[in-house]
Amino acid sequence: METILVLAHTELDGSLAPTALEALGAAKTLQAALPDAKLMIGLAGERVGDAAKAVAASGAARVLGVSGPDFAVSRYATDAAAAEALTRSAGATLVLAAGTARMLRCLPGVAARLGGRADTHVTSLSVADGKVFVSRWYYRQRMEGTLTRAQRPWFIVVDPGSQPAWSGAPGPVAVEEVAVTLTDSARRTTVTGVRQVAADAQTIRPDAELLFVAGAGWTKKQADGQTHVPEAETLIRDFLRLTRASLGSSKSLVDLGGEGQAVLSFLSHLNQIGQTGATPRHPKGLSTCCHGEEPHTVGWRFIGERRAISLDPNCGWARGKADVLYVADAFAVLRKVNELLARG
Amino acid sequence: MSLSFQVVVCGSVVPDPLQTLEPVMTPAGPALKNELMLPVWFDPWAGHALYEAAHLAKQHPGSKVTLVSLGPKAKLQQVLMTIGQKVPFEFAALDGPAGGFTEPAETAGALAEAIAALPGLDRSRLLVFGGWESAARGAGVTLQTIAEKLGIEDVFLGVDELKVLPDGGLEIAERIEGGRHQVSRCAGPPAVLGWATGNLPEPKNNPQVGMMNMRAVMPALQKARPVKLPGEGLTFTAVNVPKQLRQTRIVKDAPVDEIAAEIVEWIRK
Repeated sequence: METILVLAHTELDGSLAPTALEALGAAKTLQAALPDAKLMIGLAGERVGDAAKAVAASGAARVLGVSGPDFAVSRYATDAAAAEALTRSAGATLVLAAGTARMLRCLPGVAARLGGRADTHVTSLSVADGKVFVSRWYYRQRMEGTLTRAQRPWFIVVDPGSQPAWSGAPGPVAVEEVAVTLTDSARRTTVTGVRQVAADAQTIRPDAELLFVAGAGWTKKQADGQTHVPEAETLIRDFLRLTRASLGSSKSLVDLGGEGQAVLSFLSHLNQIGQTGATPRHPKGLSTCCHGEEPHTVGWRFIGERRAISLDPNCGWARGKADVLYVADAFAVLRKVNELLARG
Repeated sequence: MSLSFQVVVCGSVVPDPLQTLEPVMTPAGPALKNELMLPVWFDPWAGHALYEAAHLAKQHPGSKVTLVSLGPKAKLQQVLMTIGQKVPFEFAALDGPAGGFTEPAETAGALAEAIAALPGLDRSRLLVFGGWESAARGAGVTLQTIAEKLGIEDVFLGVDELKVLPDGGLEIAERIEGGRHQVSRCAGPPAVLGWATGNLPEPKNNPQVGMMNMRAVMPALQKARPVKLPGEGLTFTAVNVPKQLRQTRIVKDAPVDEIAAEIVEWIRK
């Protein structure tokens, strides 16, 4: 009989992030498919009361909590100590959590500590013959594997956006506080803050409907034999402002910046999509000035509708990687698109 | 205050990203078709970690960088001919599988043993670097497992920046959600850092560095201990390449106004 524990950390305001509710949704589905499986919830954070109330209707047999100022911040030593204590207290055999930066950092270590195993970036879960199976991608989203494990506890970290979120009415719930004794060595690291660009300049928007990818072509010589980087910057910035799209870039464009060449000033490695970058989830994606070869397009695995603008009719996008390829000058097209968008 | 570090970088080979990869099932589990024939690269994230390690060592005289690799000996030799020309390092090798379907806990166990066995290992100066993920398994599990096996309590993942503070502390910027960085201060080594891309460009090849490295690399490869990763308790039931070929509509010779109007309509839909 499996004991399923959903592990989540609370946000700074004490709430639960939507991704945690996705992990809970996956756990509920798993519980329904596993006869006699018990569901428990483990929360960690500065305070966990509000988060516990939010999942009161989930049907969890126990809601466990680790709370206190030491658990407010995202830090490996304290996060791992909290997750270890919650897992032990629950006697969990399956531990589900959302793939947040915080969970991805600590849970594999906790699995090692408890003699279990961890699988991250899980995109689906299923049950057959009483066994749990998970699917995840390998080789940068090029192939999908389905696997099961004998070891317990088995930590399953699900990719955000891959599972339907659980929803239910908040209500009163009794939280069983789990005590964690920290040594001084667990406090060797202190979190000093979060660095982010100004809200207006933030071009990475995980919740955006549209991903806009700028390829290296924007910085290359155009038909007049000159580069037009300042104009490219203006066009892309205007497009992002008008559409609220998230900005991605191909590796080659980001690398040019590292080599000191003139590039789009607002791009950093964080915008990178593909083989050595992110694999974001957006309903739509528009690629511009990118040749659409495999190292770039593996980052498009979870983009729904794909369109591309390229001058090369034989580029990678034309070979079944995009739904529509516009063979055109991206400068001219984007200029007109911005004009139409601005008209409303 | 004079500071020096003993930086151990974990990294291995991955298939060239331009190659077509096809999975096959073998009695030992899934693998890549013609895996031994595929050209390989040094994993890009591990590469960033190695360049950052070399940069750190250069800034702090007396520091030492050791690359610890678990991979097929012949493939390691192949990539070291290239990566060995980039930055100076010492080398320790384990001869075993490096594919995406290997079990990270077992990989980590072998690497942790190799790190613990490094001659003159000084935990008070030890920084373990690696890629936060890889272009093979891409799990982001190995480094934390190594940390647990080595008893290191400070782990950072998705690192883009490391600064050594005057008091010997470390200021570390890690990637978090929404294109942001969390900045932390760690009292000092030992620590484990899983690098994202960092901010350094790929160093140019330097044949002199290559010659120096190869003097140590070849004996290390010859001494590479064979490692088996049985994947205990792990069963794959399927590995498939998704059939996602789309029927691409190619719009050619259309006026810009028409294309722009179609794109705007699609965005607004």
